[in-house]
Amino acid sequence: MTAPTALRGAVGTAHARVEGRDKVTGAARYAAEIPFAELAHGWLVLSTAARGRIRSVEAGPVLDMPGVLTVLHHGTAPRVDSEYIGMLGVPPDPSVALFQNDRVPHAGWPVALVVAETSEQAREAAEALVVHYEEEPHDIGFDAGRTDAYPVDGHMPAVTEKGDLAARLAESAVVVDAEYTTPEEHHNPMEPHAATARWDGGRLDVVDSNQGSTWVADELCKLFSLDPASVRVRSEHVGGGFGSKGVRAHQVAAVMASTLLQRPVRVVLTRRQMFSLAGYRSPTIQRVRLGADPDGRLRALEHESLSLTSTVYEFVEPSAGVARAMYDADAHRTANQVVRLDVPTPTWMRAPGEAPGSFALESALDELAEKCRIDPIALRVRNEPGTGPVSGLPFSSRNLVACFEEGARRFGWADRDPRPGMRRDGRWLLGTGTAAASFPAGAGPSTAALTAEADGSFTVRIAASDIGTGARTALTLIAADALETAPERVRVRIGDSDFGPAMIAGGSMGTRSWAWAITVAAGELRERLAAGNGIPPEGVTVRSDTTAAIGALAQKERHSFGAQFAEVAVDAGTGEVRVRRMLGIFAAGRIVNPLTARGQLVGGMTWGISMALHEEAVRDRVSGGHVGADLAGYHVASHADVPHIEADWIDDPDPDDPVGIKGIGEIGIVGAAAAIANAVRHATGVRHRSLPIRPDRVLAAGTGAQDA
Amino acid sequence: MREFGYRRVLDVSGAVALLDADPDARFLGGGTNLVDLMKTGVERPARLVDIRELPLDRIESAPDGGLRIGATVTNSDLAAHPEVRRRYPALAQAVLAGASGQLRNMATVGGNLLQRTRCGYFADVTKPCNKRVPGSGCPAIGGDHRNHAILGASDHCVATHPSDMGVALTAFDAVVSYETAAGPGELPLTDLYLPVGDTPHRETALPPGALITGVTLPPAPVAAHSRYRKVRERASYAFAIGSVAAALDVRDGVVRDARLAFGAVASRPWRATRAEALLAGAPADAATFAAAADAELAAARPLPDNAYKGTLMRNLVVAVLTELAKEAGR
Repeated sequence: MTAPTALRGAVGTAHARVEGRDKVTGAARYAAEIPFAELAHGWLVLSTAARGRIRSVEAGPVLDMPGVLTVLHHGTAPRVDSEYIGMLGVPPDPSVALFQNDRVPHAGWPVALVVAETSEQAREAAEALVVHYEEEPHDIGFDAGRTDAYPVDGHMPAVTEKGDLAARLAESAVVVDAEYTTPEEHHNPMEPHAATARWDGGRLDVVDSNQGSTWVADELCKLFSLDPASVRVRSEHVGGGFGSKGVRAHQVAAVMASTLLQRPVRVVLTRRQMFSLAGYRSPTIQRVRLGADPDGRLRALEHESLSLTSTVYEFVEPSAGVARAMYDADAHRTANQVVRLDVPTPTWMRAPGEAPGSFALESALDELAEKCRIDPIALRVRNEPGTGPVSGLPFSSRNLVACFEEGARRFGWADRDPRPGMRRDGRWLLGTGTAAASFPAGAGPSTAALTAEADGSFTVRIAASDIGTGARTALTLIAADALETAPERVRVRIGDSDFGPAMIAGGSMGTRSWAWAITVAAGELRERLAAGNGIPPEGVTVRSDTTAAIGALAQKERHSFGAQFAEVAVDAGTGEVRVRRMLGIFAAGRIVNPLTARGQLVGGMTWGISMALHEEAVRDRVSGGHVGADLAGYHVASHADVPHIEADWIDDPDPDDPVGIKGIGEIGIVGAAAAIANAVRHATGVRHRSLPIRPDRVLAAGTGAQDA
Repeated sequence: MREFGYRRVLDVSGAVALLDADPDARFLGGGTNLVDLMKTGVERPARLVDIRELPLDRIESAPDGGLRIGATVTNSDLAAHPEVRRRYPALAQAVLAGASGQLRNMATVGGNLLQRTRCGYFADVTKPCNKRVPGSGCPAIGGDHRNHAILGASDHCVATHPSDMGVALTAFDAVVSYETAAGPGELPLTDLYLPVGDTPHRETALPPGALITGVTLPPAPVAAHSRYRKVRERASYAFAIGSVAAALDVRDGVVRDARLAFGAVASRPWRATRAEALLAGAPADAATFAAAADAELAAARPLPDNAYKGTLMRNLVVAVLTELAKEAGR
């Protein structure tokens, strides 16, 4: 297969980031670093009560503190409108409607903003601000026995089912029935959320760190009932987002304060505040039931997932959705349920649904392979569906088996002794494991403007976001090929809502969506230039809008796929688990820039190590808030935890995309934790069904036939 | 964060004079713990007295074969010192097992011993903590205590001391020297930390305003054959969930001398005296090592979620002593 456009060599070859030098020299300014005259600083005050009402905010003493300009709270803040549908087709989480009433729905709810001349003064005053609460009993208990759980659709149906599950399970020769759990996990991008708002000539100008400048502009415009033309949001450099950087308390607070004070106001979240204000991945409790013939062919598949949400907004972590694309069975049932608790609202986090869902499903497949005494890869090959297991639609392309074959060859899978606990290196038991990965491939409508400059160079303007992925460089290469010019002659300007509507950096859809708009505009621009009227001093500009083209895409099962492999070492005496090597082979569309693509995939796999072994936010039942909400208490993999990781891909261009792209943002983490857990099982003989696989859990489980 | 004054001092007497008159002042060493605590509001000193320029940055060999380590020696310099590595290898290993390269370049010996617990409740001023606010309660006992103490704790506090360095120093009978406005003093490291009891906010036996000036390690030939093993929840840059500093002298299959201390199990580095007593003169085999560990851990009072530490410490003691015995037999 080849992509439908003619290619000219920039796409597919490794290019260093176009803004790389600026970033490593510090010349690139991030949201909280851009200077403004007369800048004031806001500091958010978060609730210590886990549920109840604000009785009073004692602003008086704080207003007398040095440098303090104002205190915003529900008694003083301007009203906002949160009854709208945003750009992504969903209403806003009311958590962003700051200071609108006296209700406190969870610990860490923003109750006030203190604004002062300096950040230090604002912080000192914010920490001194006394807020009295009328506390009510709170409920943060998340467990499988909740009777108040209910199905929630989110961006996919809550429940899908076909066939008679009970009957097919009853007649299956081999049955796996197991519960898996994943903990509350947080994005923790390197750069904390930060925004500066100011009014400039009658326009609201917000300098922010986000995953979509038109997205945030649209939300702010609706929240504050402003004319869309009067709001501008810029976000050129972003130090990571992972799903957490949409409209959040910090932008809203900054806009409120700058409106009242009529001067620029900056609000930056602390790492600890991010644990309450930036969203997170819900913990999950998942039950997987598989029924199979002796040869491993699935007769019955059921995947149920329970996640939590806040009392103010319905968000579902759709972990059970992954089986809808992965495996077929005569009887097939998947269901996503939520329970509402007195906690902050969770949100999308890298590979929402697929990351925790693949841990459960791919662990269960490994359990089934063991029970059937067949190789885990052979089991997956045997259960390859011809069409979408639930939809019945054809796959746009499905190269999962090719990923396994290439991965098995390079990992040395054929030499594996399937018996657990057979390999040892000193105090370490060694094991290997594998798992499949998938993530939906999609595109969202975008607009782009391309200008042929009089000097022969080109300027691309698109409200894309490079959140550290390398998207800006990828778009430079795509524009260069589409314009039949060298990348050095193309300037790509991004992160400015004035450039027009564009897809967000999310859902692994950013680069594909933006590339489509650029490709369309480039084609038209070349036609205009070929007409040969010369280029006037202001250049020739062409605009594109992909809304119609994307709307016309045929209904298909569109996904990226991958095969994950891991080797681990386990010291059964201390419970230490170390990953020794990982290999991921992906079929994820056309790879635009191998250098940054490898970074994306290796980054995702590294996060898989973290997910398998380290990450877990701890909530205190009594206070309803977090314990250890910082990077000392919330562990992510350290450099020493990250061994040799190899990520590579097979040829898999998407036939329906102008460039052949599918998207690579999330697939690297999918299946990675399952591959590691499966390797731990192989090393020790113990199945760990709860993440993270901590030393205390390994110690409690011991070795041998027990399961943890 | 509270505004604070800052003074740099160049001599010890000047430093202790400043603190003697000022209960709201704190000494600033590397700042790797104090500055964090100031940011989170756990510490709110009015003034900092920067002691990094004091002439306490030397490591000197004592004529008797011991070492005298100045209080402002950095962790990096301590771990790299040839005599430390030769005479007390477990100390160098312990230091290198802690923190990160950048932090070790800043952190000092005196500050390391006086660092505060990393209990998540202690570090969060919105939560009760008997150590931070006496009488406010200990939410860790009924809450998150997976990495809390199993030895020497009380109903008032179950926090652990986070130091790795201190565990090795404890095993080797370190003595802490200090200076106050009234003159100098000394404390064995095992007496530096007070029992928890019902006063977890009182952590050390140092007189008010005292400045640690150094640590003396007496000569200990057994320490030349020593090891520090640290278990943590990731491979690097995490506090221990259990650690062991051990030294072993084995002749003809019999333990002649043994030193053993535990980390991350108590409010202080825990010298395993019961285990040492059992080891001395006993056969250097796994049964002895396990019995020694059991003897020390018999006093353990675990909570529901940290009971694994008993198993962990037992396995760790046996593993480390077995390794040391094997090497002695070569």
